[in-house]
Amino acid sequence: MSESENPLRDAIAEAIRDNETILFMKGTPEAPACGFSARTSACLQALGAPFAAVDILPDPRIRQELSAISQWPTIPQLFRNGELIGGADIVMEMYESGELAQTLGVETPAQAPEAAPAGADPAPAPLGVENRLG
Amino acid sequence: MPSTEEIKQRIEEAIPDARAEVEDWTGGGDHFRATVVSPAFTGKSRVQQHQMVYAIFGAEIGGPIHALSLTTRAE
Repeated sequence: MSESENPLRDAIAEAIRDNETILFMKGTPEAPACGFSARTSACLQALGAPFAAVDILPDPRIRQELSAISQWPTIPQLFRNGELIGGADIVMEMYESGELAQTLGVETPAQAPEAAPAGADPAPAPLGVENRLG
Repeated sequence: MPSTEEIKQRIEEAIPDARAEVEDWTGGGDHFRATVVSPAFTGKSRVQQHQMVYAIFGAEIGGPIHALSLTTRAE
């Protein structure tokens, strides 16, 4: 891919390409800033699925460029192998059906957590993607 | 500010043979939940189905429409 006039968009596209599972959210998995982002990251954490997380709040351009790439207007957005899996609705639905575990290649937990799984293992530290997007 | 009726009409006009049910999720007039059923969704992934609905509203989502939560079905 050639250098474009839009380094931020390139950085986002690269992050999507280079991280097997990446979640763009408001806030962080440890301190989500929106209920939809909280529920989506909780699903991933409940499955013990490793994922990179990018907080889109520090710079409004991140969301603009992300939505331009994905043709998806809302946050959160979950990508796997470079492809948009969906936002909060789809991720929740896939979590409940067991499809999310399958897509992410992890075991389905024995019991579905009601809300944020407080006792679940913390997800691996999010990659420092946001630093490069700043 | 869009009404539930307006959102329903715009979805049903834009997507062939679509039936939409729209509710104001929070009562605040900016968080909506819609269920859309259309044969036009046949063979499309959920992401593609939702993208078809989001495309109707463009930049209004994130603007006047703060959130539009979707359930889509092809049947």
